[in-house]
Amino acid sequence: MDHDIKIEIRNLNVSAGKTQILKDVNIDIPKNKITVILGPSGCGKTTLLKCLNRLTDLYPELKVTGQIRIDDHNILEAKEDIYKLRQQMGLLSQRPYPLPMTIYNNIAYALKLRGIRNRRETHRLVMQYLQQANLWDEIRTRLREPASRLSIGQQQRLCLARGLAVNPEIILADEPTSALDPISSQFIEETFVRLKNDYTIVLVTHVLRQAKRIADNVVFMYLGDVIEQGSVEEVFENPKMEKTKLYLGGTFN
Amino acid sequence: MYLLNREQRHTVNTTWMIISLLLVAFLPFLLFIGLYLKSLLILHDHSLFDLIFSKTWKPSIGKFGFYPFIVGSIWVTVVAMLITAPVCLLTAIYVTQYTKKFFLRIMHPAIDILAGIPSVVYGLWGILVIVPFISRYLGPWLGIKTMGYSILAASFVLSIMIIPFVLNILIEIFRSIPTELKEATLSLGATQWQTIKHVLLRKALPGIIAAFGFGLARAFGETMAVLMVVGNVVRLPQGVFDPGYTLPALIANNYGEMLSIPKYDSALMFAALLLLVVSLFFNLVMHFFIVRYNKY
Repeated sequence: MDHDIKIEIRNLNVSAGKTQILKDVNIDIPKNKITVILGPSGCGKTTLLKCLNRLTDLYPELKVTGQIRIDDHNILEAKEDIYKLRQQMGLLSQRPYPLPMTIYNNIAYALKLRGIRNRRETHRLVMQYLQQANLWDEIRTRLREPASRLSIGQQQRLCLARGLAVNPEIILADEPTSALDPISSQFIEETFVRLKNDYTIVLVTHVLRQAKRIADNVVFMYLGDVIEQGSVEEVFENPKMEKTKLYLGGTFN
Repeated sequence: MYLLNREQRHTVNTTWMIISLLLVAFLPFLLFIGLYLKSLLILHDHSLFDLIFSKTWKPSIGKFGFYPFIVGSIWVTVVAMLITAPVCLLTAIYVTQYTKKFFLRIMHPAIDILAGIPSVVYGLWGILVIVPFISRYLGPWLGIKTMGYSILAASFVLSIMIIPFVLNILIEIFRSIPTELKEATLSLGATQWQTIKHVLLRKALPGIIAAFGFGLARAFGETMAVLMVVGNVVRLPQGVFDPGYTLPALIANNYGEMLSIPKYDSALMFAALLLLVVSLFFNLVMHFFIVRYNKY
């Protein structure tokens, strides 16, 4: 069982001043599975994701202690190469933030950061990643247009393709469908299900149905605590904790 | 209770709003037309080309060549922008991307105070500090004979004056870029410098152009501080250590005295017209660039 765990989070504590955002969080995230982190707003889901790719470094007021082990490296240690580390994961945020350049260059820029400068190779990979993100067929003739002209659903898939372009092993998604219409959301969900053969996916959401549809594992968090975690069947069909039952039943608070 | 009923008050209010709007919209036109009519006299005797490109300025014998003033204005403005642009850009990037937030909170009021100082004070400071510095230290050090009153002195004072304005706009522009965009680039493994260079600067480009354009227009039209240190010598400057004369200074120095000579009066009106046209031109070019780069 142990070799299947991609990310091990141990005793992770995050605080900002006197507020404790994450309290002694312990989570196992299995490889090539979709792990959904579920919970009401303000429960620390986003902070947890930011710890995983060390975007917490941007906020000096955050104090992070504990361990996050990816392939047996504690990534919270200062000596870790933070740029390499971040390229191990693609990030998808709540709203799409395409880079201020053309559609093509959004992907090509990520490739360049990865060290790919050969033009033909870039061409091939841009196409490959746009196909993987389920976007290629819609925009193949518009590659030189500014990325901001795409619809918001297309932008989100472009951001996914951009995240894939750094050749990560993990995809971090922070409520990636919350700003999207149902059809675009479905596109993203289908893409995730297809991608899990090659990637480990951590998806933060507060949409229960989405979690039910695509999750393999579920982690339920509340106010910085992990309340319950397990396979989607266990947590949804047979929740052990009172809080989980209430949340799943929609009668929280 | 009220003099007018609700309906009437509404009409009165909207009427005032429309009048204000028209006033604002037509003022530049009125200004333009007024200046044009006043400069007809000089335009009647001299061709436009002659006025702009002729080098001799001798009103007593009827020679009105604006070339030295135009060149002087351009020199002063360009050199001032060469100082202002890099200083503002680097400072704005530094305080928004590298320092802690409280530093910005201290900087902001300081910048606002600088922006509120009257230009005469800057001019005095130029006379007392910059001019002697150039004539006694900078000039001799570079082996150049200069009396200090020069293009360089004017540009320097000007840049100190417009830096607060341009800097404030730039800081706002960099602050308005969403953190998530930065996070998106960083999450691709970009360094902070790569993020600034490839993403933030590009995102901010329309705003940066607008800020510089704004600074340029201010520099070009600034009168008092420049007049006090530029030397006011009607001659084509050969370098930044030469004295010069600018269009606004020409108007300010001579307007009151020369009203009795109709042609001189008309010539000064023409100078004002030139200023107006040039600042309109700056604005148009700026808009063109902003629209062009705003598509991202």
